[in-house]
Amino acid sequence: MQPTFSSSRILLPVRPWFIYFSLIVAALLNFLPTAHWPGMPDWIALVLCFWSIRESRKVGMGWAFVLGLLMDVADGAVLGQHCFAYVLLAYAAAALSRRILWFPLLQQALQVMPLLIGAQVLQALMRLAVGAEFPGWGYFSGPLVATLLWFPATFILLLPQYRPVEQDPNRPI
Amino acid sequence: MAGIDHAPPPFFKRGPAPLALLTFYIAISLAIFVVDLRFRSLELLRQSIALVVDPVQRVAQTPGSLVDHAATYLQGLQALQQENQLLKHNQLTTAPNLQRLAHLETENERLRKLLAVKEREQANGQVAQILYTARDPFSRKVIVDKGQQAGIVAGQPAIDEAGVVGQVTRVFPFSAEITLITDKDQVVPVQIVRSGQRSVVFGLGNGQLELRYMPANADIEVGDELVTSGLDGIYLPGFPVARVVNIERDNAYSFARIFCVPVAGVENFGEVMVLDPRQPLPPAPPASSGRPGSGDKPSLRSKKRQASGKDN
Repeated sequence: MQPTFSSSRILLPVRPWFIYFSLIVAALLNFLPTAHWPGMPDWIALVLCFWSIRESRKVGMGWAFVLGLLMDVADGAVLGQHCFAYVLLAYAAAALSRRILWFPLLQQALQVMPLLIGAQVLQALMRLAVGAEFPGWGYFSGPLVATLLWFPATFILLLPQYRPVEQDPNRPI
Repeated sequence: MAGIDHAPPPFFKRGPAPLALLTFYIAISLAIFVVDLRFRSLELLRQSIALVVDPVQRVAQTPGSLVDHAATYLQGLQALQQENQLLKHNQLTTAPNLQRLAHLETENERLRKLLAVKEREQANGQVAQILYTARDPFSRKVIVDKGQQAGIVAGQPAIDEAGVVGQVTRVFPFSAEITLITDKDQVVPVQIVRSGQRSVVFGLGNGQLELRYMPANADIEVGDELVTSGLDGIYLPGFPVARVVNIERDNAYSFARIFCVPVAGVENFGEVMVLDPRQPLPPAPPASSGRPGSGDKPSLRSKKRQASGKDN
C-alpha cells in the first residue's frame, strides 16, 4: 500500500532558544526522582530524536554527544554509554527524517519506536558486555512509553511554530 | 540517507559529512567508555561535569523531598508518641550494656597494654545524608551530601545503625557516591561470628549477597551472622554485614552456594555514617616466604586485593 501524503500545517521557522529550552527541560525531567519508576521514558532520547528528525541541521550528533556525557555523569554510569547510544540515535533519526516526516503521526510513532528501543538495547548490551547485572525487562518498557508520548511531544514541541489560525484573503499562503 | 548524504553544493556550508561525524563521535564514545571502565583515569572530567550537573540534580530532587517532609510533618501525634515510647524502651534495654561499655573499653585497653597488643582503632566518622539513588539501573549506588569539602576520600566505609551499608567509590566536590554492598561483585571480607571462620561476601546485584568459595561441608548454618573481619585495611572489624538465609549444598560442586541478606537498611533512604579511613596496616611479609602447600591462602589474598581495589 502506498502511503498517501496528507498536507500538514505550514510551520513557522523554529527558534533555536526553544530547542535548547526543550532539551534542558528534558534533562530536568530525567533528573526527577520519578526516573526510578518502571516504564519512565528517557526524555532526552525522545526530545533529541524529535529534533533530529525535524531539524537535523540544528540538533545533530554533537548535541547528542554532549547530552550523553551529561547523562552519564548524572546517572553514575560508565562514561560514553549514553554518548554512544545518543549519537547513533541522532544519526539514525537524521538519516530517516525524510521518510518519517512523510507519514502521519501514528506511523511516525511506529517508525520512531525501533530507534528508541535500539538506543536502550545498545546501552544494555554495552553494560552487560562488561559484566553488569541484567536490569530486568522493565528497563525496556521506557521506549514503549516514549513511543506513546510521540503524539503529545510532537504537539508540544511544535506549538511555538504554529501560525495563528486567522483568515486573511490577501495573504498568499 | 538520500536526503542529507549527497554531496552538498559548494554554496551551502554544511560541515563534514554525517558519516564522518558519526565515525568520529562513535570512536570518542567507545574510547572514553573503555578508558573510564578499565583505567578509571577520567575522574577529573567526571568531576568537572558533576560540578554543573550536581546542583541541577539536587534542585530536581526537591519536589520529592518536599513531599517527604510534608508527610513527616502531617504524621499523627500519636504515631510520634508511640515511636518515642518505643525508642525510650529500646534505650532502657540497651542501657545496662552501654553503661558498662566505657568500663569495658578501659579494661580492654589496660589488658591489651599488659599483653603488649596494639590498641584497637577508634571508629570515628561523619554523618552524611543520602540525597538520591544513582539512576543507573545496572548498579546499586547512592549519592550522599558530603564530598571533598568534608574531607571524604574514596574507599571509606559507610555504615548505618544496624551494619555496613557500602563503600565510597567516587568523590565529587560537594557529594560522594557510595557503592552498596549489594552491588554486583562488591566484596566485603567477613568473619562468621559463630565459628570465627573468615571469608569474603559478594554482592549479587539483586539485593542479596553470596558467600563464595566455602567448601560444601563448611560449618555454616542458616541464621549465622557475618561481621567484617578487618583484614582488608578498609573496614574496621566487628561491624555486622549480613545474615545467612539460604544454603544450597550440591555434591556436584565443591563449593556450597550460601545466600545472605544485608543486616543494614541498605536499600533505605536516610542517613549513613561515613567512617574515617583506617590507619595503614603493617606491611605484609615478603612474598618469597609463601608456602607452596597452602592452597586457599593466595586465593583469599587475591580476593582481598580485589576488595581493596574497588576503591581506587
